[in-house]
Amino acid sequence: MSAIASSTVPDAHGHFGPYGGRYVPETLMHPLQELEAEYFRCQQDPEFQKELQYYLREFVGRPTPLYYAERLTRELGGAKIYLKREDLLHTGAHKINNAMGQILLAKRMGKTRIIAETGAGQHGVATATVSAMFGVKCVIYMGEVDCERQMLNVFRMKMLGAEVVPVKAGQKTLKEAVNEAMRDWVTNIRSTHYILGTAYGAHPYPVMVRNFQRIIGDEARRQILEQEERLPDLLVACVGGGSNAIGLFYPFLDDSSVKMVGVEAGGLGIKPEQHAARFQGGSLGVLQGTRSYILQDENGQIQLTHSVSAGLDYAAVGPEHAWLRDENRVEYTYATDDKALEAFMKLARLEGIIPALESSHAIAEVIQRAPKMRKDELIIANLSGRGDKDVAQAAQKLGLEMPK
Amino acid sequence: MNRIEERFARLKSQGQKGYVVYIGAGDPNLEATRQLALAFDKVGVDVLELGVPFSDPLADGLVNQLAAQRGLESGTTPPKVLETIKTIRKESQTPIVLYIYFNLLHRYGFKKFIYDAAQAGVDGLLVLDLPPEESENYEVMMREAGLCVIYLVAPTTPDERIELIVKRGTGFVYYVSREGVTGMQVKVSDTIATMTAKIRAHTQLPIAVGFGISNPEQARTVAASAEAIVVGSAIVNQIAQYGKSKDLVPKVTEFVKSLADAIKK
Repeated sequence: MSAIASSTVPDAHGHFGPYGGRYVPETLMHPLQELEAEYFRCQQDPEFQKELQYYLREFVGRPTPLYYAERLTRELGGAKIYLKREDLLHTGAHKINNAMGQILLAKRMGKTRIIAETGAGQHGVATATVSAMFGVKCVIYMGEVDCERQMLNVFRMKMLGAEVVPVKAGQKTLKEAVNEAMRDWVTNIRSTHYILGTAYGAHPYPVMVRNFQRIIGDEARRQILEQEERLPDLLVACVGGGSNAIGLFYPFLDDSSVKMVGVEAGGLGIKPEQHAARFQGGSLGVLQGTRSYILQDENGQIQLTHSVSAGLDYAAVGPEHAWLRDENRVEYTYATDDKALEAFMKLARLEGIIPALESSHAIAEVIQRAPKMRKDELIIANLSGRGDKDVAQAAQKLGLEMPK
Repeated sequence: MNRIEERFARLKSQGQKGYVVYIGAGDPNLEATRQLALAFDKVGVDVLELGVPFSDPLADGLVNQLAAQRGLESGTTPPKVLETIKTIRKESQTPIVLYIYFNLLHRYGFKKFIYDAAQAGVDGLLVLDLPPEESENYEVMMREAGLCVIYLVAPTTPDERIELIVKRGTGFVYYVSREGVTGMQVKVSDTIATMTAKIRAHTQLPIAVGFGISNPEQARTVAASAEAIVVGSAIVNQIAQYGKSKDLVPKVTEFVKSLADAIKK
């Protein structure tokens, strides 16, 4: 198992086995090579790392707690459950780990304008936040449907001074926002850095975003060793593009006793256009710069997706996840909208934590697995974001009365 | 020599500029595409570039995005595009290049698509999101099938990449004259002459310049520093305007001819 986390993947061109790579129009090729060179310079540069650590600690609020969810554990009656509390970070989700890393990179590259895509709005808020902090112009692309279902985050981005552009093409969700961000980038390439929010897209994004997010797993590994004096038995995380999951999993890949499960969005069930579980209904393809599992029809047109959670509602999955699945290192499953909503309520009632609908998919899997595990076994679930943004939508789905 | 190479050789010997016209296949339907292709052949179009509609055309501006959408709505699929080219080939020998996103080939079966395209009468492929770095087997398969590998050079492409790209490409080099997506521009880029000179330092291949040319005057300006011009969105915009009206083919052809007249002697 030790080969997994070694430097054999990605290769010099960003390939994770048959996945990954750099499939973009020519205009982006050289800028991506420049970004790659600058990123790997920064990664080796103690000054850059020191600056990043400083802001992660003083501004973002790291480290986050690894919290023993005692009542949830008791209720489920099996394995001991720990939650990695990324929801407690400034702006409310793990997305800011990567946004902070990339804005420091953009600053070093002399970029004066930042763009990003967002689904649930958490990456948009994180990007708007770091842009405000460093006084850089910021434009966020967000599907029109997502703007509606995550309106709170639209207001937050605007208050932070970002321009939010609703994208009206296609199904008006995350995939279309990425297309539009890429079009903007091609057009404004010299002034602009694109802060891609997940472990997806053309090289170096998947490896760069993973490395900015691995702090989640690095901390969790240290914390569980301190608290339990041993490694966990199971890691659980939701997978949209897959940045929170790869961030948690990566530092444990060489620990062969640690099982891992990624949870995709099962939506209304695994039928075409009703879900976003790429490993269930998807096949190998090339979309938005990389080769991975995607949801597509027999002609290669990208299919519609559905999830209650805007952040998981995406037709493709990060290439490193596809590779880890082939290597049998990580298991991938899914949770339906209903299961995610149940988990959302359960965590709120039992632990006093309202999770993001995205993270609720991970909790739903914990609810399935924990009772089947022994009481001396340990689970770490990544609570990748908080659910404030989802309260109105969840209330509506659950039929809760809202005061007029 | 395939039809593209023959055509450029002929243009060179005649001292003429080449005229590449882009339209979206299946916009508004594949029968219209067939009729337009045949009509263009008669008014001075040297290469027909057919866009295969894709659900996520991230290199395209709004005009061509909408064309792709209309193409998908009319039921256009890669196999149907190849069928249409077969019918065009019964009456026309205009060189045809497919402008296509990689996933469509990938899904069809990479090798099978190349073989089937050659059989149907396609002469070259321009795969938007398949840079030379990812395309070793592609070039071998294309050579075997007798198809030209058309690569893009962009304003952001540095000298050493230009060298790499022109070595790997065949038929012609497509210089994207500005940073951005496809679409019409009020003013053509003023760096075209500099860039085409840079490209020419590395290759004998003809250079076609596109992205943003929308009127006869711009066509003339650009043609001065290249072997060919590419006009796309301006024509697609005409197709959008005339839609399914019975005037579609004559009206669009008239516009196409006005640009041909501007660059031909």
